[in-house]
Amino acid sequence: MKSGIVYTETVVHAAPEQFVADAPYQLAIVSLGEGGRLTARIDGERVVIGDRVDFLEDRNGIPFFRKA
Amino acid sequence: MRPVAIIGIGKTAFGAFPDRDLRSLAVEAGEKCLADAHVSPSQVEAYYLGNFAGPSFVGQNHLAPYIAGAMGITGVPATRFEAACASSGSAFYHAVSSVAAGLNDVVLVAGVEKMTSQTTPKVTEILAGAGDTCGEVRAGATFPALFAMIARRHMYQYGTTREMLAAVAVKNHENGAKNPLAHMRKVITMDQALKGKPISEPLTVFDCSLISDGAAAVLIAPLERAAEFTDKPVKVLGVAQTSDYVALDQKDDITTFRAVSAAAEKAYKMAGVTAQDIQFAEVHDCFTIAEIIASEDLGFVKKGEGGPYALAGCTRLTGPMPINTSGGLKSKGHPVGATGVGQICDLVYQLRGEAGERQLARHSLGLAQNLGGSGATAVVTILGIA
Repeated sequence: MKSGIVYTETVVHAAPEQFVADAPYQLAIVSLGEGGRLTARIDGERVVIGDRVDFLEDRNGIPFFRKA
Repeated sequence: MRPVAIIGIGKTAFGAFPDRDLRSLAVEAGEKCLADAHVSPSQVEAYYLGNFAGPSFVGQNHLAPYIAGAMGITGVPATRFEAACASSGSAFYHAVSSVAAGLNDVVLVAGVEKMTSQTTPKVTEILAGAGDTCGEVRAGATFPALFAMIARRHMYQYGTTREMLAAVAVKNHENGAKNPLAHMRKVITMDQALKGKPISEPLTVFDCSLISDGAAAVLIAPLERAAEFTDKPVKVLGVAQTSDYVALDQKDDITTFRAVSAAAEKAYKMAGVTAQDIQFAEVHDCFTIAEIIASEDLGFVKKGEGGPYALAGCTRLTGPMPINTSGGLKSKGHPVGATGVGQICDLVYQLRGEAGERQLARHSLGLAQNLGGSGATAVVTILGIA
């Protein structure tokens, strides 16, 4: 299972048209343990820079992580 | 290469104009520009147009000949340049290249965007098309979200605060209130800026530039011919365009725009000046954090010191390095395709001493920085009194 560290994050309030129903939602750039970075959604508890997160699942092509 | 001069400028007001279409805005700016230089449409040898998303915003393609034809300009190369919010900065770079190389003499460069006929969620979606739609955008990133993530990291690494971001917004509104062509001509307080509606944390509505309609145009020619058209020529001392990855998650360090520092280095070298020689600047404050980072990437301050510099008032009209005397994208407005050429016009107003209430005492050397996406395109231009 992929895990990583939150490199940066934001909570989106003003969403694009296709995600208006999801707002507010947390988005993060995750530095992956295996190398590289990935832009992902955070499920559940909010995270901050430096938090460890684990890959949860892929929903409609969107990777979701949650706080480890 | 031949030295190049700006011999005319023209701008529409920026704002929300429900009764104006894209073409009429671009034509107004173009005709004002030709009148400023006393040039007729038949003298124009090429038309370079910056436009980000006319096809998505208003459903019109083939924009450059569509607009040029409406001005009576036919029989010449008429081409649209797309580089997100740096579209017309890019058009300017390529137009200057063509005149410098001797391919053309009298060239009209314009930028236009008509955004306000769409709802804000739709505009947000169209703008997001300047990001990586297979990665960050698919995950739900908007442009405010990308710059919010940049702001969070800048705060984490350098101690930048919400007050420092807000200081940029307060200063730009202070300047824009004095600009007759600005979209939102009102001053705001620090308290208002800090308590704005959240858009993408930590950015509030007061950290974000405006959704605007508008157009801008400049006419360029070889410096050696400038006196035929104007007694106030402005010299293009340096201009450079560079690129970087589109996706924010591909960049090693998101607290700096590598394309901006690279373009600045090239433009400074071409102009034979340093950052310390620049007297004033128009920078791409699509979000308040972007102005702070620009002041660092352009070398006005050291990395990480852009926030305290803004908070101390150093970038106000009365400060040592006035930034965005026009009001910037924050207050003047941000019709994205028009922004790059609009910045050039705003430098020219200062250089010619025509900036009214905002006129600076030192106004012989200015710099414009235009950014596309989250830093995948950057254009830096240095202008001086010829």
